[in-house]
Amino acid sequence: MSNTQSTSFSQRYFNMKMNKMRYGWDKAKRMKVCYLFLAPYAILFFTFFILPICTSIYYGFTYYNILEPARFVGLQNYVNLVLQDEVFLTAVKNTFVIAVITGPVGYILSFLFAWFINELPKWLRAIAVVIFYAPSIAGNAYTIFGIIFRGDAYGYLNSILMDFGFIDAPILWLTNPAYIMPVLIVVILWMSMGTGFLSFVAGFQGIDKSMYEAGYVDGVRNRWQELYHITLPSMKPMLLFGAVMSITSAFNVCDVPRALAGYPSTDYAARTVVTHLFDYGFSRFEMGYASAIATLLFIVMILSKKVISAALERVGT
Amino acid sequence: MAFPLIFAIGSALKPLDELFRFPPTIFPQHPTLDNFSDLIVTMGQSWVPFSRYLLNTVLITFLGTFGHLIIASMAAFVLAKYDFPGGRTFFNIVVTALMFSGYVTGIPNYVIMSKLGMIDTYWSLLLPAFAAPIGLFMMKQFMESLPTALIEAAHIDGAGEFRIFWNIVMPNVKPAWLTVIIFSVQSLWNNSAATVIYSEAKKTLVYAFQQIQAGGIARTGQAAAVTVVVFSVPILIFILSQSQILETMASSGIKD
Repeated sequence: MSNTQSTSFSQRYFNMKMNKMRYGWDKAKRMKVCYLFLAPYAILFFTFFILPICTSIYYGFTYYNILEPARFVGLQNYVNLVLQDEVFLTAVKNTFVIAVITGPVGYILSFLFAWFINELPKWLRAIAVVIFYAPSIAGNAYTIFGIIFRGDAYGYLNSILMDFGFIDAPILWLTNPAYIMPVLIVVILWMSMGTGFLSFVAGFQGIDKSMYEAGYVDGVRNRWQELYHITLPSMKPMLLFGAVMSITSAFNVCDVPRALAGYPSTDYAARTVVTHLFDYGFSRFEMGYASAIATLLFIVMILSKKVISAALERVGT
Repeated sequence: MAFPLIFAIGSALKPLDELFRFPPTIFPQHPTLDNFSDLIVTMGQSWVPFSRYLLNTVLITFLGTFGHLIIASMAAFVLAKYDFPGGRTFFNIVVTALMFSGYVTGIPNYVIMSKLGMIDTYWSLLLPAFAAPIGLFMMKQFMESLPTALIEAAHIDGAGEFRIFWNIVMPNVKPAWLTVIIFSVQSLWNNSAATVIYSEAKKTLVYAFQQIQAGGIARTGQAAAVTVVVFSVPILIFILSQSQILETMASSGIKD
């Protein structure tokens, strides 16, 4: 008896599910023109963004050098990464330092700059936006830092310091492991006023002015309270977008250290996770190992996005 | 912030003796265009004619941006204006994909492209550029602000989806076009394509420039000239379109 009852229950549940699916299917059929519009993008996006991530996860468990078929090696790559590869640990440490310093500092600086220029007259604001944003679209203009930080007396920083008598011999900024990281952090910060900054500038423009008046009536006393209780909550979507952009740039540092500190750099002092990945993937053709690195990076990036959006949820409450 | 860029322009205008003067100066005392003319001479001596590199880059940048604009806008239109099964999930995946750039997907991308026979063709640069997540993201967020009534009215008047898209939606999102264009141009123009293009005749301008910069001390002046040439294009486009771009960025937020 109880048996039949449970069957009928599961039957009913099954029917309900089927109906729901049929409803979804009918809707999908009615909306088929939507899929038609989406298809070209979706196919390309799947091929060049989703499929690579899936294959990367798969190759992470294999030994693969492009010439021979991939050989399954289980967790070997991950074990080697964590237990044997000292350079990888240096890379993780460097990436972590870069991400922890340039990520939040760049993010906060872009926000503060956007806030400061918000009340400038329109033409002045336009100039300021171009000046702050230019470094991040200037392509490989960061190579100019190679001249500023050059290790001989003709390097600009060395010559200025020597001129003032702070040092009596040129410092090898880009070759001495003690100085590489600070120099890189300066350069990456210089480039960090990117898309997030534009989003903040636009976000400030979009805030309804009457909100501030209402806030003052409700007892907001100074600019900081105004910022925390009114401005930040109304800009939450922009803040999240800016955070995603700054996680991306902080974790994907690769070209700057390769161009400035050399590849490989002295004592691997400028090695980041992505330069390590580049080394294994494109110089040594150990694709399996490089894919394991990529997979770890995906996981870390997705987790940091989750942490940041949870933190932003609490802003202004 | 702009100092290194001004400094780069200054260096590009310096004659050789000033480039190595001690103590160094920031502004050239006797500005000259020698570095640029030297650059042209060096380019003339290259194995493949210089104009070929330029043509490659212009072609890739133009086609890639154009294709991206159309394909991403079509997808953005239905994602922004229709509620259909799977649409929201798809968009969430695209937002996550904003974070995966460049080298991280580079390796499997290389494998996939080689399976598709695209290595050493322009397709290896164009097709991924068509599907860049940032363009779809910006476009979709901007299109959401279009009044739905506009589209419904067109429906009632008997316009088909494609007509609505082409004649009603696209002309109304011109600021977003410029934003999509600047992001796309910037990434294609600066793409050296070192890992997917091997034939010298198909190399991009930035790649050729990097070879000149790699010439070391002897090419210091030319390297500075190269830097200026490369960064001036995206910056100019940005200056010309910045008010429209800011208008688009106002809808750029991610709502959780």
